[in-house]
Amino acid sequence: MNRRLLTVGALLALAVVVAVFPLVFTNPIASQYGVITLIFVIVASAWNLFSGYSGYLSLGHAIFYGTGAYFLAVAAKDWNLTAGAIFWLLPLAGLAAAIIAVPLGLVALRVRRHTFVVITIAFFFIAQLSASNLSVTGGSSGVLVPVPNWDPATYNNPFYYLAALLAAGTLAVSWLIRRSRFGLQLRAIRDDEDRAAGLGVRAMPVKLTALVASAFITGMAGGLWVYFIGQAIPQFVFDPLFDLAVVLMAFFGGLGTIAGPVLGALVLEPTQQYLTSTETNGYQSQILFGVLFLLVILFLPRGVLPTGAEYLARARARLAQRRAAPGGGPASQPATGDAA
Amino acid sequence: MSATLRAEGVTRSFGGVQALSDCTLTAAAGRITGLIGPNGSGKTTLFNIMTGYEKAEGGQVYLDDSRITGAPPRRVYALGVGRTFQLTRIFPRLTVLENMLVPAQKGRSGRAHRDHAMELLGFTGIAAHAGALAGTLSYGQRKLLELSYVLVSDPAVVLLDEPAGGVNPSLIHHIADRIRDLNKAGRTFLIVEHNMDFVMGLCDRVTVLDSGSVVASGPPDEIRANPRVLDAYLGTGPGDD
Repeated sequence: MNRRLLTVGALLALAVVVAVFPLVFTNPIASQYGVITLIFVIVASAWNLFSGYSGYLSLGHAIFYGTGAYFLAVAAKDWNLTAGAIFWLLPLAGLAAAIIAVPLGLVALRVRRHTFVVITIAFFFIAQLSASNLSVTGGSSGVLVPVPNWDPATYNNPFYYLAALLAAGTLAVSWLIRRSRFGLQLRAIRDDEDRAAGLGVRAMPVKLTALVASAFITGMAGGLWVYFIGQAIPQFVFDPLFDLAVVLMAFFGGLGTIAGPVLGALVLEPTQQYLTSTETNGYQSQILFGVLFLLVILFLPRGVLPTGAEYLARARARLAQRRAAPGGGPASQPATGDAA
Repeated sequence: MSATLRAEGVTRSFGGVQALSDCTLTAAAGRITGLIGPNGSGKTTLFNIMTGYEKAEGGQVYLDDSRITGAPPRRVYALGVGRTFQLTRIFPRLTVLENMLVPAQKGRSGRAHRDHAMELLGFTGIAAHAGALAGTLSYGQRKLLELSYVLVSDPAVVLLDEPAGGVNPSLIHHIADRIRDLNKAGRTFLIVEHNMDFVMGLCDRVTVLDSGSVVASGPPDEIRANPRVLDAYLGTGPGDD
């Protein structure tokens, strides 16, 4: 009960902080950091609800992000949409990414582990090259998105609040999936796919559904991002560093947890934004991120939150043992044998 | 609830090694059948073929009168054949209760699914660990968890691969008692086991495999006295005691 109250309290506090952030920090640079960070909260959580829950590590989510981005940019231009009306394209941008995810998943999800990772990378480069060479995507010069004629002082705010709304929705979906039978099947697949299949889990439809759901959300985030920056250019829309950043965020916070990718995005994305804007050499931030990736994989492979929770659980167990043996003598060990 | 699982003339090889040749075995309805043999005699391969985890190169597998040869594990499980593995295959990062909720259940959902799972955990004696991560269980408790979640879908036939292997003696009795209870309720069991006391004390019939072939089949007392079994499996002649 205490834990539940604590969680609700923390969520409320986070919601309040997110809600008042652009009102307190009125500098457009700050709200720009906020928009991009919230977009990464969405994407990292969406990636996690497929890769974190199923154990299939995708390095091709930029395909869905890019598909959503290009769909919104091209549709807004072709349909002559402006300002707030463009936001209504976001579900369609998600749908476009979800449709792309179906054939991709049907091929890639037939293999596992490193082979799956390699296939997602291969698909990513196919998508990137296609975007650079197709006329519908504007080739290497990309597509411009109509810029809304909003007050510069509060220009970022609609993007910010929409990103916050999408982030909240993504977290709700992630939470619901984790608590559902579908989420349980995904996590069983992560632990032992053959055994899960032998117990009646229809592995392929379960994995594909998760990938499509993840792609839908990622596509919407891509659409929002491209509207915010105003232009879809292949090397930025289909950026391999995007996938590495998203994976790092999930690993940093805690792969397969709900809060882990959020923590990862909240810590890492503003840091990257700050380093990129302050360092004279933009690549320094990427080198730093590479080093951080290595450190996380080596020393925190389960992420900050699971490692922290384990540390707390051990500390509590030690405390309980001390209480059980007030004389300071060795406390009796809890039964861990085979006695049932 | 009860059913007969039968392998007829099953053949399987791996590269140049003949793992099974013309192997016939019946786990009769409502009985406990033991399958013994030296390491590498093909017991687990036969289990894998009977449950769809491996394909036979020849021969057939029947569940009662239905041919299930080559059916995938999911289908075999849905037809009412559950199995455990020599090295337990639980879901270590799920809780014990979550492990129980993974298997598909006919006609149960939500609360009923959960209640049934808890009931089974109580039956096997690990209900107190329901909230613990399965990866933290002892080896014997993992064996019990695997048995528990195999029972979730009320299978008519249960195949146990070394249920007593690596388990401490007190828990072996507990596992044997649970198998007897389930068998009394009509379930058919086929058990691979190296612990001879366990097999001989529990099984109605015992089949002996050696180098991929059935060398003997019969009641435990008959198997104990069979000179071919003693020679091939136990490595002693009748007068060596």
